[in-house]
Amino acid sequence: MYRQSRWNEPLIFEVSRKGAIGHVLPALEKEILSGLKEALNEIPKEMRRKELNLPEVSELEVIRHFTRLSQMNYGVSLGTYPLGSCTMKYNPVMNEKLASLENVQNVHPLQDQRTTQGSLKLLYKLEKMLCEITGMHKFSFIPAAGAQGEFLGCLMMKAYHEEHGEKRRKVIVPDSAHGTNPASAEMAGFEVNVVKSDEMGCVDVKELEKIATEETAGLMLTNPNTLGIFERNIEEIVQIIHDVGGLLYYDGANLNAIMGKVRPGDMGFDIVHLNVHKTFSTPHGGGGPGAGPVGVKKELQEFLPAPTVEYDSATNSYYLEYNRPKTVGKIKMFYGNFSVYVKTYAYIMMMGAEGLRLAAEASVLGSNYLLSKLRQLKGVAVPFDSGQPRKHEFVLSLSKLAKDTSVRALDVAKRFLDYGAHAPITYFPLIIDEAFMVEPTESETKRELDNFAKIMSEIIDEAYDEPMKVLGAPYNTSVGRINEMKASHPKTLCLSWRMYKRGSRGA
Amino acid sequence: MKDKVFPHPFIANSTVTDWKGMLRELKVEGIQDLYSDIPSKFLVERKLNLASPLSELETFKHISRILSKNISYRDMSVFAGAGAWLHYIPAAVSEIVSRSEFLTSYTQYQPEASQGMLMALFEYQSLVAELLEIDVVNASMYDWATALGEAGRMCKRLTGRSEVVIPRFTSPDRRAVLQTYIDPIGMRIVEVAQSREDGQIVLENLKEKVSSDTAAVYLENPSYLGYLETEVDAVAEISHDAGAVFIVGVDPTSLGILRPPGDYEADIVVGEGQPFGNPVNFGGPLLGILACKNDIKMIRAMPGRIIGMTTTLDEMQRAFVMSLQTREQHIRRGEANSNICTNNALCALASAVYLSLLGKSGIRELSEHILAKTKYAIKKFSSIDRIEVPLFKAPHFKEFTVRFRRGQADDVLRKLLEHKICGGKSLAPEFPELGESVLVCVTELHSKQQIDNYVDTLDQLLR
Repeated sequence: MYRQSRWNEPLIFEVSRKGAIGHVLPALEKEILSGLKEALNEIPKEMRRKELNLPEVSELEVIRHFTRLSQMNYGVSLGTYPLGSCTMKYNPVMNEKLASLENVQNVHPLQDQRTTQGSLKLLYKLEKMLCEITGMHKFSFIPAAGAQGEFLGCLMMKAYHEEHGEKRRKVIVPDSAHGTNPASAEMAGFEVNVVKSDEMGCVDVKELEKIATEETAGLMLTNPNTLGIFERNIEEIVQIIHDVGGLLYYDGANLNAIMGKVRPGDMGFDIVHLNVHKTFSTPHGGGGPGAGPVGVKKELQEFLPAPTVEYDSATNSYYLEYNRPKTVGKIKMFYGNFSVYVKTYAYIMMMGAEGLRLAAEASVLGSNYLLSKLRQLKGVAVPFDSGQPRKHEFVLSLSKLAKDTSVRALDVAKRFLDYGAHAPITYFPLIIDEAFMVEPTESETKRELDNFAKIMSEIIDEAYDEPMKVLGAPYNTSVGRINEMKASHPKTLCLSWRMYKRGSRGA
Repeated sequence: MKDKVFPHPFIANSTVTDWKGMLRELKVEGIQDLYSDIPSKFLVERKLNLASPLSELETFKHISRILSKNISYRDMSVFAGAGAWLHYIPAAVSEIVSRSEFLTSYTQYQPEASQGMLMALFEYQSLVAELLEIDVVNASMYDWATALGEAGRMCKRLTGRSEVVIPRFTSPDRRAVLQTYIDPIGMRIVEVAQSREDGQIVLENLKEKVSSDTAAVYLENPSYLGYLETEVDAVAEISHDAGAVFIVGVDPTSLGILRPPGDYEADIVVGEGQPFGNPVNFGGPLLGILACKNDIKMIRAMPGRIIGMTTTLDEMQRAFVMSLQTREQHIRRGEANSNICTNNALCALASAVYLSLLGKSGIRELSEHILAKTKYAIKKFSSIDRIEVPLFKAPHFKEFTVRFRRGQADDVLRKLLEHKICGGKSLAPEFPELGESVLVCVTELHSKQQIDNYVDTLDQLLR
């Protein structure tokens, strides 16, 4: 039986002991130390710090504390992590080794470019690879994450239309879109129009025709969409948007299914962002950092942020190009999350053209295989089931199970944790009742997929036989089911040790 | 079987047996059947124009070779800062952040299985909150600049007003990002003067610039140019009298000795957490700090994830979870405070470990160390008479300005490079009024010998 570690670990503040230290700084040279007092005295007294309430702990205590915390955290290297649209595939260890090289970590972004030719070359070559994979013309590495890529994409849509003397105010997103799509469009100052899905789970083309007007700046689309279904009418969709002068934005969260099979650029998309921390195996790090490079077609390249990475054949050198008069402006410091791109590059090299294609195919094969097992289970339905194969992910509805047993998708998810597997995404996409969104990725073996189906089957049996058991889950994790309401209620809100000490009753 | 299947270490089912077995159960002939819904005109029939798969060893060699064209801090004295700073990273930090339980986990959508990261992020929030003396810190933004951009938007939500007043010598990069973030919602930047003498914000000018349109007043301390702002109470008062939010930007390595912004009534604090345990990585990832007062309106206007302490439903155990998620895009979609989803959690974890290790005395020592080195470096540079250093009569921390009385800054920097010295960032394009000057940065990583060598080399070059 699976048991997650349960350390009953206090906060680092609670193990503080007066006078303990965890790290020693190098001693200051005499000539430098002698100036310290004078330097301190030059700071007006009222600008000096009076007290500092940081913990005092020895190095081993710090190591133990955080090592214990790591044992109370589930990751891909422990087991299946089938979060839909998150592409929790294996993060090759070699990626990390390369990203921790001295020549990656300790190169300052403002060094003379003659001393950063390695970084620039890597980015330049990576840009060419991403262009080939997506069918786009040029990339910016600057966006820190997919959502920032979307923000940039929306700003570029705006700039493009303004360049053509138009102020278009509306961006269309499907009702199945990731939450970031409407949020990014709003952030960039657009009004969001939602287009409904049709009976097959794809963009309702008839409705899109009605919504798309001369006011439409563009459509943001995930393809395959969040139901794991390929938008079969993509050609028509692109046509409708382009006909009204709008642009097509590709949300790259779901690129994994189509690498080497279909390219967003060929489908007619004008702007693409990639989530390299999904498709290209860089780890999620418990929430980040990732990177969200944005690629565009030729007619949009002048709006990309500065600098871009360029190559000068005359001197055989790489350089940062800042002269971009039509850029939408700066969205982040420096040139992007470089160390993440080292991992991206390494992954593409290790996969090669054939490997990327095979990864896409294997993710689709595994996903359909798992779906074929799960769809046979009692209480489980497959919405929008027209016989169209799913791609890298699929969404089940557990609404019948909920009606029959009062065990909801949330409860099934919690029970999954007891088996040493992570749960899928629940309650998304919003268009499906009791949604259960599964993306196994190409990293899971057939045996793991069979095991996943077996766990699901056991939980469903349990839901019918012994629903209270499922409703009380999880039991084997570091903590039992958490009171989430309490964490957000103004009366019990506790967001830091300072608040806790002052008597906020978080615990 | 027509499928081109070959065993690959990262693709679990790439053995012919597994592959065929799964196809058989799906009752399909080959993988193409699962792509049959894609219009055939879009299917890529050719092989992508990329290299064939390389082994791990070949990949390591290939990438190391490309990167060998870089010169790192190890082989050159780098005195550049200006938004990313070279600091020593204790071995314990690298040990913890490379643990794959943290590294390969996702955002904590299942908190019961993710207590480790949640608690560590709560500790990050708590440690930074102590340092800033402000109650609420979110679980990270991308960098200081984007944290400022988000803070600007937050102030629109809080005040309904549309101007952000920022001082002349604000980091131009951060200013540019702020501009990009606030422009779409009809906000604009208003500049307030800073004294050419001591760099201090000109209070009379600030009083003229604030109005009933002012959403926020922003002040960096220490400033982008490294000097200390001392009239902070007056700035806070003027901001608040105008009904504006007071935002302070900090390099938190200064806070072991400098008065924390929470103590001078900052409503929102932004800053760069990279120096606490994260490498510069050629500019990214960095770590954006975003903090605010314990005011429920302000907290609800905050973007990004915030981890809260709670209990299990049975109240038997303390537990941690993402709090106030209704502010965020995955719940609120278009109405969300921000679109941010993936953040820089692992960098925040590194900072939590760093701050725990250094602790109360270590952080004070770090600040003193940097202060003393800055003092020493300025004194040393002053021995050269063809330069002016620093350009502002005020205490400096970590960074300072050097102006060349003759010659061009870029030219001097180029010559320094021949002596394996990266001399800093040229300020001429950003602030022409400061002449041919550079921004120089020293931290605990720079030895006395490196500083002396910089000064001696410069002295010779300028002769």
